[in-house]
Amino acid sequence: MSGIPAISVNNVIKSFKDVKAVKGVSFTIKKGEYCALLGPNGAGKTTLMEMIEGIQNPDQGEIIINGQTWKKNELEIHKILGISLQETNFFDKLKVGETLELFSSFYDLESERSNEILDLVNLQEKKNALVKNLSGGQRQRLSLGIALINRPEILLLDEPTTGLDPTARREVWEILFRLKKEHNITMILTTHYMEEADYLCERIIIMDKGTVLADGTLDQLVAKNNGAEIIEFSIEGEASNGFKLNDEKIKMVRDDKNEKWKITVDDIASTLPSFLEEMKQKGIKIKSLECRKMTLDDIFISMTGRRLDE
Amino acid sequence: MKQFLQLTKIQYLEFFREPGVIFWALLFPIVMAWGLGLAFSGKAKQERTVAWVKTSADGQLMKNFVHDTAGNNKESVKILGNKKTGFVTYHFVPSTWEDATLMVKRGRTTLILEDIHDSIKYFFDPKNPEAQLAYFQISTALKNGSGSDDQGQIQPLDQKGLRYIDFLVPGLLAMNIMFGSLWGVSYSLIEKRSKKLLRRMIATPMSKTAFLFSYFVTRISLSFVEVIFLLFFSWLYFDMTVQGSIPALIAMVLAGNIVFFGLAVLLSSRTANTQIANGIINAVSMPMMICSGIFFSYHNFPDWLTIIIRQLPLTIIADTMRSIFTEGAGFAETKMAILQLTATGLLFFVIGKRIYKWY
Repeated sequence: MSGIPAISVNNVIKSFKDVKAVKGVSFTIKKGEYCALLGPNGAGKTTLMEMIEGIQNPDQGEIIINGQTWKKNELEIHKILGISLQETNFFDKLKVGETLELFSSFYDLESERSNEILDLVNLQEKKNALVKNLSGGQRQRLSLGIALINRPEILLLDEPTTGLDPTARREVWEILFRLKKEHNITMILTTHYMEEADYLCERIIIMDKGTVLADGTLDQLVAKNNGAEIIEFSIEGEASNGFKLNDEKIKMVRDDKNEKWKITVDDIASTLPSFLEEMKQKGIKIKSLECRKMTLDDIFISMTGRRLDE
Repeated sequence: MKQFLQLTKIQYLEFFREPGVIFWALLFPIVMAWGLGLAFSGKAKQERTVAWVKTSADGQLMKNFVHDTAGNNKESVKILGNKKTGFVTYHFVPSTWEDATLMVKRGRTTLILEDIHDSIKYFFDPKNPEAQLAYFQISTALKNGSGSDDQGQIQPLDQKGLRYIDFLVPGLLAMNIMFGSLWGVSYSLIEKRSKKLLRRMIATPMSKTAFLFSYFVTRISLSFVEVIFLLFFSWLYFDMTVQGSIPALIAMVLAGNIVFFGLAVLLSSRTANTQIANGIINAVSMPMMICSGIFFSYHNFPDWLTIIIRQLPLTIIADTMRSIFTEGAGFAETKMAILQLTATGLLFFVIGKRIYKWY
C-alpha cells in the first residue's frame, strides 16, 4: 500500500453556471508530502480542495484518495482525512472543550483525545472558553485541532492563516511544522501567502484561472523562470515606460502596483555593473535599487503579469 | 449512539446559553396569557372613552347624568353596570365635531354623543360590538336615570371553559409548538448552513439522521417543558384545568411537534441565507397565526376560506387542543387529527431530507 499515492487528481473539471472554475487539473501527491496550492482569489483552489474533500463532485475526471474513491468508500475516506475549511464558524455558544468532544464523538474516539488536541494546538488554557470569545488566531487553531482530532493521514487546509496577524500565523505554521516532523502526514494547503508555501511545503502547485501554471519544488520553479535573483528598481520620469535593455534575452517586467521594474538574472554580482553602466549611457536616472533572491510572488508575476494577492 | 448523545447535548447547551430564548420560549407565552387573559376577564377594570359633542348650551340631560354642574369643558367620569355584568368606567370627553371624528379615526373612541336640548343622538358603527354595548349601557342608564340596574335579567357567563382564557391557552400552546420548531429548528439549521458549519460537520463520519434526530428530541422535550410551564401558570392564576384526556393531550403535543418539525426540515432544506430564512418562516407562520384562530375565532372569515383554514396544521392543533381542554375530548375524538398531523409531518420530513442541501 505504501506505493499508492496519497492523492491523485486526474483531469478534473468543474463548472458553476457560466464559470469554469477548474479546467482539467491533474497532479499526484505522494504520502508524507507537504504541498501548497498557491494562487490568487478565484484561481479555483477552494473548488479543487472541496472536490478532494468530497464536498463537491467533479463534472469530469477522477479523484482517488489512498487508492479509494468518494463514490465507493465515503466512510473510509472521511476517517483518514482531516479538514479545515475556509472561514468555518463553529458553535458560538459551545466551549472549546465541548466542541472538540462533539467532533471526537463523530469518529467514536475516547474523550482523552480532546485533551491531546488542546495540548497540540496550544488551547489548553481556553478549554472552558466559549468559542465566540476566541481571537481569530485561536479560532484557526481550534479549526486545525478539529482537523487533527481523528489522527488523519491526510490533512487538507484551505487558507488556514488568512486574516491572521504575523504572530498568530507563525503559531499555526509551527504546529504544522511539528506535525510534519513527528508524524508522516500528507498535507495540501491552499494559500495566497508565498512565504507560507515557501516555509511549510516542499512542493508548490501554482494555479490561476482554473488551471495549473506550475508544479514543482521552489528551486525547480525558479530554474524554470530563467534565473534565481532579482534586480528591482524604480526610475525617474515614468514617461519612459517603453525602454528596453540591450540584451533582449533578459526578462524585464514592470510591477504597476509598486511602480517598479524587475529584472530576473542568474547572478546579480556579474550582471549589476553592466546594467548600471547601460542605464547611465541611456540617461535613465535610477531612484531606488534592490537586489534579492527570487520569491514565489516574482514567479507568479512573471507568469501572469499579476500579483498573488490581487 | 455516542454522537447522537453529544449532538443532543449541544442542542440543549445552545438553547440554555441563550437567555433571550428562555424568555421567548417559556415566559413570553405566560406574559401573553396573563395580558390577554386579564384584558378579557373581570380581573381588569374596563375603561371606555366617549366623545361628547355639546351642540346647544342649554342641553341638561347629559349635564345632569354626569353631574356636570360646573359646565366647563372638562372630562366627566361615570361608572355604569352592576356586579353581574361587571363595571365599566366611561370617560365623557367634551369635544367639537372635528375632534370627535378625529377620536374615532384614531381609535380612541367608538361612540359619539350629541347633546341636543333634552335629547341625545348616538353615532356609532352598528357592526362594532363594543360601540353597541356602550350605546346600550349609556342609553339604558339615561332612561333609568341612574347608572345601576341590579334587578336586570342578565346572566354573566363566567363558568370554566367559556371564558376567553379557556379559548386562548390551547391556541397559545399550538402557536408555541409552531414557533418552537420553525425558529428553533428551521432557522438554526439555515444559520448553520450559512456559517458553513453544516458543511464542516458532514465532512466527518457524522450520521445525518442522528444530527436531525437530535434536533427533534430536543424540540419535543423543550416543548413539553413549555407546555407544563404555561399550564401550571394558567391553573395557578386562572384556575384553568384540562377537562379531557391527558394522554390525548400528550399525543397531540407530540403530533404537533412532528408536523412542525417536518415542516421546519422542509423549509430549511435549500437556502443558506438567514434573511431569506426570516422571510420564509414569517411567510409560513404569520398567515397561520392570523387565520388559525389563535387569539380570536376564525369563524368570521368567509365560508370558503374557513374550509382551507381548518386544514392548516396550526388550526388542527389549536382546535383539537381546545376540545381536549374544554369539551373533555379523549383519543376517540382526537385520533384522526393526531394521525393527520403525524402523516403530514412525516411527508414533509421525507421530502425535506430528500432535497436537503448539506453543503
